[in-house]
Amino acid sequence: MAQVTMLEAIRQAMFEEMERDPAVVAVGEDIGVYGGAFKVTEGLLAKFGPERVMDAPIAETGIVGAACGMSFLGLRPVVEMQFIDFIACCFNQVTNFVAKSHYLWGAPVPMVIRGPSGGGVHGGPFHSANPEMYFVHTPGLKVVYPSTAYDAKGLLKSAIRDNNPVLFFEHKYLYRRIKEELPAEDYTVPIGKAIVRREGSDLTILTYAALTHTVLEAADELAKEGIEAEVVDLRTLLPLDRETILTSVKKTNRLLVVHEDTRTGGIAGEIAAIVCEEAFDDLDAPIARVTALDTPVPYSPPLEERFLPQRSDVVAAARKLAKY
Amino acid sequence: MNEVLIEGRNGVTAVGAEVPSNARAEGLTKDQQLNLYYFMKLNREVEAAMERLFKQNKIVGGLYASLGQEAISVGTASALSPGDWVAPMIRNIGALLTRGVPPRDIFTQHMARYTSPTKGKDGTSHFGDLKGRHIVSPISMLGDLIPVMAGVGIGARYLGQKIVTMTWIGDGGSSTGAFHEGLMFAAMHHAPMVLIVENNQWAYSTPVNRQTGVRDLADRAQGYGIEGVIVDGNDIREVYRVTKAAVDRARSGGGPVLIEAKTMRMRGHAQHDSADYVPKEMLAYWKERDPLPRYEKYLTESGLWDARKKAEIDARIERLVREDREFAENSPFPPPGLAEEGVYCDGCHTIEAEWKRDKGQLALAGGYPAVHQVQDYGEIRIKVAASAPAVTPAVAAAVTARAEDLELSEEMMAAVPNGKVPTAEETALRVPFGRGPKDKAFRDEQAAKTYSRGGSGKTYHQNKPSQPPSKLPPKVFTKPFTKPFTKPFNKPVHQQQGASFQKGPNQKPGNAPRKNFVKHPAGKPGRT
Repeated sequence: MAQVTMLEAIRQAMFEEMERDPAVVAVGEDIGVYGGAFKVTEGLLAKFGPERVMDAPIAETGIVGAACGMSFLGLRPVVEMQFIDFIACCFNQVTNFVAKSHYLWGAPVPMVIRGPSGGGVHGGPFHSANPEMYFVHTPGLKVVYPSTAYDAKGLLKSAIRDNNPVLFFEHKYLYRRIKEELPAEDYTVPIGKAIVRREGSDLTILTYAALTHTVLEAADELAKEGIEAEVVDLRTLLPLDRETILTSVKKTNRLLVVHEDTRTGGIAGEIAAIVCEEAFDDLDAPIARVTALDTPVPYSPPLEERFLPQRSDVVAAARKLAKY
Repeated sequence: MNEVLIEGRNGVTAVGAEVPSNARAEGLTKDQQLNLYYFMKLNREVEAAMERLFKQNKIVGGLYASLGQEAISVGTASALSPGDWVAPMIRNIGALLTRGVPPRDIFTQHMARYTSPTKGKDGTSHFGDLKGRHIVSPISMLGDLIPVMAGVGIGARYLGQKIVTMTWIGDGGSSTGAFHEGLMFAAMHHAPMVLIVENNQWAYSTPVNRQTGVRDLADRAQGYGIEGVIVDGNDIREVYRVTKAAVDRARSGGGPVLIEAKTMRMRGHAQHDSADYVPKEMLAYWKERDPLPRYEKYLTESGLWDARKKAEIDARIERLVREDREFAENSPFPPPGLAEEGVYCDGCHTIEAEWKRDKGQLALAGGYPAVHQVQDYGEIRIKVAASAPAVTPAVAAAVTARAEDLELSEEMMAAVPNGKVPTAEETALRVPFGRGPKDKAFRDEQAAKTYSRGGSGKTYHQNKPSQPPSKLPPKVFTKPFTKPFTKPFNKPVHQQQGASFQKGPNQKPGNAPRKNFVKHPAGKPGRT
């Protein structure tokens, strides 16, 4: 079995879901003839035709609105944001219309909005963002952010089959940098379930997306010093898997949260609140976090490297926490 | 666009789409014509009842009236078939009623009762009916329904359903970005959508001429390459006729149509607004054109009813409004626990598309060429009316002026009066090569860069100039800032003399801040 990249895994999920269910359609800018800015949807048009693979004008509100309309008919549109940063252009449509439909008037919106996110590829302030927390703060949405090819495929399939609007973040740094063998048969990964990537007893490091790999490298480095870190990949940010988080914290009694999103209002704050509410007596040290800076994502490589959490930052924070 | 003049019935001239010849002949039966009256009158009576409820403080939130605009809601919605989809806005209670929504739903919604369609989760006419009447609920952000209804139309076509979608927007809402994106999306996809722009002259307190540069909002249709029609919104027969033509056109694949219905908001933006900013004469002008008496007059003059029939219909309406109002008033408020329910669909709805075409056909689909068919090469075409016998000096001057704006070459300008269009070769731009990905020097330069991620200790090459980058001497602050604050800070109120604040129970002198975290000796969970 050949190894596939995360990008290829996402494409496979799209192909297989569209083959499985004719209600699945794709809408987005340049996704048809061109195959998408990152070529995630390459080949979809040739296979499924222009009725199901719709090249859209540069109108994010129009795209998401139209996809929402299609979903009211029982279709399952998968919308591509060329870069997830542009989801800001349709913020109202997503947070006020799509997210609230089921709660207010019982209209489920089975749609997926997916797109490349995250930094590390020198995309600059408008092509590197991690805007997940705007949507984690929006009841009615589900927010998924995978870190492996296996999870990306399985979670995208789950997202397409979900009856709710799911925002699917694809870290573009991982698109072609990670590879793994995928099962030949159909599989899904459940939304709302975190996973323990590495067992450890001295502290828990919660993270997601590209930083999962950074944190795993940091954990190896820590192991050489005798610090065994347990690494938990959240995979889904909304709904959060409280159970896995709390189980791990109760086991290691120390918690470090690492994310690529900016610090203030990042998921680390919410997790810290949950742990304080539910497992305060189990903590042996204050909850620590390693996050991006509270700035826009800068463009120049040295600036971006400073902006993003690095392995050394994680190691230093973990070391400090373990010794507390 | 085939522009024809449509003779208006009441002094309003509509310019726009060519209405199919059978549209004029499109006759309504006597009962259908009486139905138009029934729903218009019901619309008005429901709102009159709600106004009374509002004054009795029984409406929980705001109340938005469509007084004077009933002909639009009822006339447009009447032109649809039962399978069609609608997305009414806040002043389209008439459209809801016409689609079969009972007045009780509207009363209970406004009164926030458990028996309302949203069970009290939203108010006003913010509710829908996905499966039954195909009604999409509005939200308060204007214009959002337009892309949604474009999508319903596009999706329905894919499923093989021959439906039309209709939504409404006001003159105010037509300023939003969603209006533009939605209409553009619908136009590009040739969606079977009819958009009713209710120009009621006021967006809250702002008149149309303070909102936009166009006088007639129907003109906007041209910018999207779709048909735009103007209709007297206070003449229900005209509204119906024009809408029916648009609906038929959309259903037969003719693409979206924008209908601007001219009307007047006869009340304030909402009940709280006395609308003193509206000139009295303007209200008087439109009062004379009240759609209800106008239609009543027509029914009488045409012999479609008599006083007895009218009384019979009115009594039916009065009874229905009374019963449904009483139902709403006697309905309970929702249980508080409901607030926590229904954020997500956890299998409570079965989602299944209604296919009207062979799905097997789709499974066989394949081998689509992944290329775009371009219409032309984008050459500049000077639009000169085909019917014009010759280019008049005035037109030629205008064309020349336009050509100057575009900085056309002399040859192209010379070609203009003859209507000759330059070929693609003549107008092709030359794109200089270099510094692109194919430039070897550029590639080498890129390859030499060793940027990496991961905090691996690699350092970035920093230019260290041999001399300071700036010739300005470095700033040195030699003199310490010693100016003292002359004005003492005021003590907080509770520390001032004579203050009678008591310390709270947690501010006892002995209650020192405790150390939050104490390391457990054995590393076990727990805090000492």
